[in-house]
Amino acid sequence: MSLTPSDFDIELRMLIEAVYLKYNYDFRDYTGASQKRRVLVAMREMECATVSELQSRVLHEPNGFAQLLQYLTIPVTEMFRDPDYFLAVREQVAPFLKTYPSLKIWVAGCSTGEEVYSLAILLKEEGLLERSIIYATDINPESLEAARRGVFPLERMRLYTENYQKSGGKAAFSDYYTAAYGGALFDRSLIENVTFADHSLSTDSVFSETHFVSCRNVLIYFNRRLQDRVLGLFHDSLCHRGFLGLGSKESIDFSSYAERFEALARRERVFRKVAP
Amino acid sequence: MSAGRTAQQQLASALDKRRIEMVVIGGSAGGVDALVGLLPALPEGFKSAVACILHVPGDRESRLAELFDPRTPLPVREARDKEPIHPGTVYFAGSGYHLSVEEDRRFSLSCEAPVQFARPAIDILMESAADVYGPALAGILLTGANFDGAEGMCRIRERGGLTIVQDPEEAHVGTMPGEAIRRCAPHLVLPLAGIRAVLPLLETP
Repeated sequence: MSLTPSDFDIELRMLIEAVYLKYNYDFRDYTGASQKRRVLVAMREMECATVSELQSRVLHEPNGFAQLLQYLTIPVTEMFRDPDYFLAVREQVAPFLKTYPSLKIWVAGCSTGEEVYSLAILLKEEGLLERSIIYATDINPESLEAARRGVFPLERMRLYTENYQKSGGKAAFSDYYTAAYGGALFDRSLIENVTFADHSLSTDSVFSETHFVSCRNVLIYFNRRLQDRVLGLFHDSLCHRGFLGLGSKESIDFSSYAERFEALARRERVFRKVAP
Repeated sequence: MSAGRTAQQQLASALDKRRIEMVVIGGSAGGVDALVGLLPALPEGFKSAVACILHVPGDRESRLAELFDPRTPLPVREARDKEPIHPGTVYFAGSGYHLSVEEDRRFSLSCEAPVQFARPAIDILMESAADVYGPALAGILLTGANFDGAEGMCRIRERGGLTIVQDPEEAHVGTMPGEAIRRCAPHLVLPLAGIRAVLPLLETP
């Protein structure tokens, strides 16, 4: 039995279609329930009574879409989030990465950059940062701008320090940032080899061969069709036996790529590409 | 609600023509004990899917599925992202992520901000399940010391689903069921023993 779509559902579909047609941002294959909630938040905060009113602002006001985009994407992240993941990367992935003379790493859906700086610190401590090129991509220009700045709230440092230590950190976390005016400014040398770039997992293609793709808590917002597309991109991008890291509750079991990656650390969600 | 009728009789009239296919159960403080009293009552061969959220303190890994699996006649497991919802299976929301139901009757996870200080939030699971299952959904709200679940129960009612709330008088903490009663006038308010008696009937043979 299928329920008749509500007016809200109908309008939501039109909004997402309008965003695609006008701005070429493709949210059509994002999961419905969470997208619905985020549009409701956008309506409340942008003071629109209906989705149609929101759509009108997005189409006709110069700043409307940029505003909506901040709600459609989910910038929830922290440094060394899920320390076990970073520990697994350090202990189980880094030894393989050390066998390559040069490395390409892709942080897909990097949001405001917390994970990029975390990986850079890890790579530095493993003696790999200088030979690495990191591509950090996202669809949200405001997030990318924040990532480039590398200034994170000082009050978060306590949690991040704790995470860093649990992830097998080898130095004092405070060595990596300068505290000033309530912010922690991270060492610029960490991102010397980082390219921050606008890239859409729903519409853009593979841009480089990589050894390691880290894409955490992004796939959960995609339906299975888009998850398949994105896992395909990662599979194509990864070199022979390359590594893929996902979020701690993400799963490839329900995608058509389930057989094309094998678990290196199942609980920590680190996978390896198996031969095509 | 007239006194003296058994829980089953009350259910029969509340069910009306609904054909229940999914049951969502939410609880907070005291919820583990309440579920210990409920889930073992689910008989083998039960036809609805059951999804449970209990608020567990902190972000630590929830082991509720492991805890309940050996005590429940049905398979019990943590709900995974994009997993199809199977009848006759009990799912628990894992810690740190919201759990929703999608149009294609699969689960999805998300890390949006906590709702009513909770992630997973009962409201989010109930609202999304109500949108998909409509009158085929039954919501059960148990003991708890916060307001999570009231909004979700209202949505279930709006979409034609069946709503059952634990009697706040006998709940370990009555705040959560009390708020739901105040806000959405549930079909049934029952003590845990009554909920236990009607739970096995929330299916479509």
